Amino acid sequence: MSEFKSVWVFSEMQDLMLEMLTKAREIADKRQSELAAVLVGFNVQDRADELIKYGVDKVYLVDNQTLEHFRLEPYLSVLHNLVVSYKPEIVMVGSTRNGKALAARLATRLDVGVAPDCNGLNVDEQGRLIGERITYGGNAVAKIAFRVKPCIVTVPSRVFEKSEPKERDGQLVKLDVKIDESKTEVVDVKPLETSSVRLEDADVIVSCGRGLEKKEDKVLLDELANVLGGVVGNTRPLAEDRKWFTEWVGLSGHKVKPKLYIACGISGVIQHVAGIRDAKVIVAVNKDENAPIFEVADYGVVGNLYEILPALKEALKKQLQ
Amino acid sequence: MESVPRKMSDFDRNALEEAIRIKEKLGGGVEIFTVTVTAEDVKAVLREALAMGADKAYVVNDASFKNIDTLGTAYVLAYAIKKIGTFDLILCGETSLDSFSGLVGARLAELLGLPQIGYVRRLSVEGEAVVAERTLENVVETVKAKFPALVSVTREINQPRIPSLMMIMKASKKEIVSWTVADLGLQMEKLAAKIDVVEVLAPKTERKKIKITGENVQEIADKLAKALLQEGVVGRR
Repeated sequence: MSEFKSVWVFSEMQDLMLEMLTKAREIADKRQSELAAVLVGFNVQDRADELIKYGVDKVYLVDNQTLEHFRLEPYLSVLHNLVVSYKPEIVMVGSTRNGKALAARLATRLDVGVAPDCNGLNVDEQGRLIGERITYGGNAVAKIAFRVKPCIVTVPSRVFEKSEPKERDGQLVKLDVKIDESKTEVVDVKPLETSSVRLEDADVIVSCGRGLEKKEDKVLLDELANVLGGVVGNTRPLAEDRKWFTEWVGLSGHKVKPKLYIACGISGVIQHVAGIRDAKVIVAVNKDENAPIFEVADYGVVGNLYEILPALKEALKKQLQ
Repeated sequence: MESVPRKMSDFDRNALEEAIRIKEKLGGGVEIFTVTVTAEDVKAVLREALAMGADKAYVVNDASFKNIDTLGTAYVLAYAIKKIGTFDLILCGETSLDSFSGLVGARLAELLGLPQIGYVRRLSVEGEAVVAERTLENVVETVKAKFPALVSVTREINQPRIPSLMMIMKASKKEIVSWTVADLGLQMEKLAAKIDVVEVLAPKTERKKIKITGENVQEIADKLAKALLQEGVVGRR
């Protein structure tokens, strides 16, 4: 096999892997190279078929009991071994919190660069891979090229959409590699207590900012979110300054991608806006007609959220019947 | 030991605060060093760190660091830390508020061969180990690592203190150690960038910017509901 030719995809989360495959297939086709997925875990061989249906030519499977749960050093040793043996040109890693650490460690072990959290990937006229990411505190999009191979990029969930699965041929390559031991011991795992539906996965987010006067008033947002089958979010000041919540939407918190984002009493500072940039439709409700949020909204209502939200809830209820 | 970049970003302040709290809890014998990689003069930031409670500040300053990438930064930190000597715990901010790349901590852990715990929101030292609570996408993990280890923290972990005048005055006697790349015995070529930023664009924000107005709240709400229905972003799934 020629060196530095193929495109690889890895994530410990199968769904994210399938999303990335859409883009990875496109890039592999453009470069006329092979597309492979690295499948790591325990008793995960049945996932290989699905990966092939979503576009990979080859699945490298490393199935071992010690890989049942994601642990940094074992997963890193597997991926590193494979990359050193098969020399892919591009490695796309799912940008989960674990995945990102994995990509950074892998790149360091290989002495190469990483383009983290790319929300765009393209091949330029010279055939180079270009990763696009938001930077400078949310004020700019940087296009990143690589000086050395492999090119390692990380991709957050919901940046790319899964393609339609098709019956196609693919090869399953089962491998035994040396697996390092974990240097940390996980003593407890419990579900994340806050906002049980992941903001990143929500189709509709009704979100509040400093315009919300009391924490209890969040019920207005809850009711509207209920009608829309959505979830409630908030800005950083409500979490950090008022301590009402532990998480927030924004560049330093959850970067979201809903179909509909309703910003209630949110002024629209750049860090918040950077976190909602990928929403399909943004609605802003704010008392201040000069609030910057209106500059980035599709629909703006200048008004009191305490009046608008209940009325909107009723109007939507009526029209959705 | 703790790493502070050019400007002390919020996350780094949290990391330093956590180091100070560990020292307060464990008492004598604990020393806190800050390590900074910078292309600019950052004395004011270092003085602030010392005023908060760091015992000594190390800075590696070189004009060529202006274009340093995450791997280069990690190399300089790793060499500086090796030169300083032994340590139990490296604390760093999860990410910078500027680039949000969040890679340096992991890269440093790799270069130093350390166990690494990221996204930590609670931390305690138990004997010769650190026990940390970290948040992942869907779960909270409690993870234990033996010293020496590297932990990166989120802003949830604490509320950093603001140094008093007294603390600021006391800190003026604390030592700042300045090093160059040559002092570290680090080859410049190790710091060559691995990636290039080929273009920086303003982010696209093509929004409709339609103001919904009406005689009364009812009318506004009806119009907005209708618009959202037409957009196909509400409705039964």
